[in-house]
Amino acid sequence: MTVQPKPDQPTLTVPEGPRHARIHGLGGYRPERVVTNEEIIKFIDSSDEWIQQRSGIKERRFAREDETVIDMAEAAARDAIAMAGITPDQISVVLMATVTHPYQTPAAAPILADRLGTGGPAAFDISAACAGYCYGISLANDMIRAGSAEYVLVVGVEKLSDFTDKHDRGSAFIFGDGAGAAIVGPSDFPGIGPTVWGSDGENWDKIMQKEPWTGLRADMTSEESGAVEWPNFAMQGQSVFRWAVYTIAPVVDKALAAAGVTTADLDVFVPHQANMRITDAMIKHIGLPADIPVARDIAETGNTSAASVPLAAARMLNEGEAPHGGLALQFGFGAGLVYAAQVVVLP
Amino acid sequence: MAMNEQEILAGLAEIVNEETGIEADAVQMDKSFQEDLDIDSLSMMQVVVNAEDKFGVRIPDDEVKNLTHVKDAVNFITNAQG
Repeated sequence: MTVQPKPDQPTLTVPEGPRHARIHGLGGYRPERVVTNEEIIKFIDSSDEWIQQRSGIKERRFAREDETVIDMAEAAARDAIAMAGITPDQISVVLMATVTHPYQTPAAAPILADRLGTGGPAAFDISAACAGYCYGISLANDMIRAGSAEYVLVVGVEKLSDFTDKHDRGSAFIFGDGAGAAIVGPSDFPGIGPTVWGSDGENWDKIMQKEPWTGLRADMTSEESGAVEWPNFAMQGQSVFRWAVYTIAPVVDKALAAAGVTTADLDVFVPHQANMRITDAMIKHIGLPADIPVARDIAETGNTSAASVPLAAARMLNEGEAPHGGLALQFGFGAGLVYAAQVVVLP
Repeated sequence: MAMNEQEILAGLAEIVNEETGIEADAVQMDKSFQEDLDIDSLSMMQVVVNAEDKFGVRIPDDEVKNLTHVKDAVNFITNAQG
C-alpha cells in the first residue's frame, strides 16, 4: 500500500555513514586439545586413511568440557581488536554467528560484549550456520555504511563437539571447535564487496539438529510425578522491572532526539509488551504525555517476546488507534539484557 | 548531609504516597511493606529507586528482599548514608 507521512509531522532525521567499510582486524582461537583420527575411530568403523581420503582431515581441536563458545569467542575477539588497533569501547555492535551456544536465551553476544569491556553496545546472535560469519560481515558492512555503527565485532564460533554424535560414521570425523573474529569499521576505499546471499529452505533437512528441543520433553517428563525436567525460562521479575523502567527506558528520549522528533509529534508509543506494570511505570518515568495512545495488547495476548511490538502495532493500525503514515515510537527490551528503540513511520 | 531516622521515615512515607497513593501517615517503622501497606514486589522497586534518588544511596536488587518492614529500609538507608 502507498502511504505518505502525515503532512503535519517532521521528517525523520537519519544518520549518514562513511561511504566504505573494511575489515580492520582478524583473530582466531583453536582449543588446545588436538583430536586425531585415531581417537575418532575408536567409536566408528573407519580408519585414518578413509577419513583423510574422504575429507582431507588429519586432526581437529575439541574445546574443554567447561570451555564455552563465549570463552573461545573472547580469545579470538581480543586478537582481532588488537590487530585493528582499537579499544573495546569503540565497538558499537557485537554480532555472534553460532549454532552451538547451548542456551535458547539469552544470546551469547551480550555476554561476550560484557567480557570484553565494551560500553554496552548492541549485541545479538545470528543463526546462519556455516554461512553465519559471512552473513555477519555483510550486516556489519551495511550497519557501518548506513551510520548505525562505527566498529562492529563479528565472531563466528562453534563448539560442535557438544552436538556431534561420535558414533555416527557419516559426521563424527567432520566437526571441530574454534572461533574466528573480525573487526569491521569505516574505510577510505571499498573493503567489502556486495554480498550475494540467499537460502534454499526446501532443503532444510539436509543438515540439521536431529530432534527439536521440544521433542525431548517427553523423555524429560517423570512418569511418577509428571514433572518436566525441562530448561524452561526463568526470570527475576523485580530486577527486570527496575532495569526496564529506570535503567534503560531513558533511551527512548535518545531515539526521539536522534530521529529529530519530540513526544508532541508522536502518534503512538509501542513498547515491548513485557508487563502492564512495566508499561505504566515506564510512561510515568519518561514523562510521556497522557494523550499519546500506548499499546496495551498484552492484556489479550500476553508477552510474546520478539512478536509483541509488531503484533501490538498491527493491532493499533487495524483498530484505528494508530493512523497510517503516523509516527510510532517502538521500544524492544529483554533477555540479554538487550534493548532497541526507534521512531518509525507507520505503513 | 546525612538525615536522621525521622527525616528518612518522613521522606520514605512521601515516596510511598507518591508511588502508591497510600497515606503517608500509615508508613510507620513497624509496618510490613507487603502485609500492612499492600505494596507488592514491583511497587517496592518503584519505592526503592525513588529512595535511591532522594537519599543518595545505592540499594542493590539482592538487598531489596531483606527490606520487609519500613524499619529495615530506614535502617539500611541510615547505614548506607554513612
